[in-house]
Amino acid sequence: MGPLLYAALLPLNHPGHYIHWHFIEISVANTIVIGLMLLTFVAALVLPFPGRRRRKENQ
Amino acid sequence: MSTSEIDRQWTTRLRRRALEKLPPEKTLPDSQPSYVSSWIYVFGVTTISALIVVIATGCLLALRGPTWWHASSIGHFVNSLHLWSVEIFFFAMVIHLWGKYFMAAWRGGRAMTWITGMVLFLVSIVTALTGYVSQTNFDSQWISTQAKDAINASGGGAYFNLLNFGQMLMWHIVLLPLVLVFLVAVHVVLVRIKGVVPPFEENAGQQSAGASHE
Repeated sequence: MGPLLYAALLPLNHPGHYIHWHFIEISVANTIVIGLMLLTFVAALVLPFPGRRRRKENQ
Repeated sequence: MSTSEIDRQWTTRLRRRALEKLPPEKTLPDSQPSYVSSWIYVFGVTTISALIVVIATGCLLALRGPTWWHASSIGHFVNSLHLWSVEIFFFAMVIHLWGKYFMAAWRGGRAMTWITGMVLFLVSIVTALTGYVSQTNFDSQWISTQAKDAINASGGGAYFNLLNFGQMLMWHIVLLPLVLVFLVAVHVVLVRIKGVVPPFEENAGQQSAGASHE
């Protein structure tokens, strides 16, 4: 019972999953990280920065 | 000592030059241009924050050693903090890189800021590689035996041997962190000297009238 409490939420005890597309071979984990980076990049460009409007009004 | 002798001293000349290039109000500014109020400008400091956690947790790992980080709960925790802060370090650094690339952040005499950033990115990759091969587990054995072929093919194997654990550990915990911290300091000082790169639309106006500050 003890070790179960510390087990990872996702089963990690198996070989990694890979995406094969023509000559491109990339792990699912790396694809997810790259996707999250792209999402964060776009979000950083479009989301309003806190206090920006207030600062502009004060100018 | 006469005034002319004092003026000739290397300490006097260096101090004056440093103050001229980087006066205190530029080193620790009270305000930033209004265009810095955007999420895209936070990823540089996020990268540095992650690096501080990487170095702090790395110091703890160095103090206690592999048996501790492999076999104890707190050792596992600090080891995980070291790994995940590296993940955040690279995640933030790549977004910082994308942002600066699309801003053409080398504009306005900022070429050296861009170049030090690119060198930092490359040095960080080598630091991460030496870290992966210093884990002392099957993963590090696999990575070192795979990566050695690439280094040997480039002719660098005689100087940088991925199968030499002692050499890789010393690169990871002494040489590369020294280079990284030095380059980060140069990079930040250059940002302070030249200021944060303005957006394209602000650039023309700034050259004639100066940037608005908040």
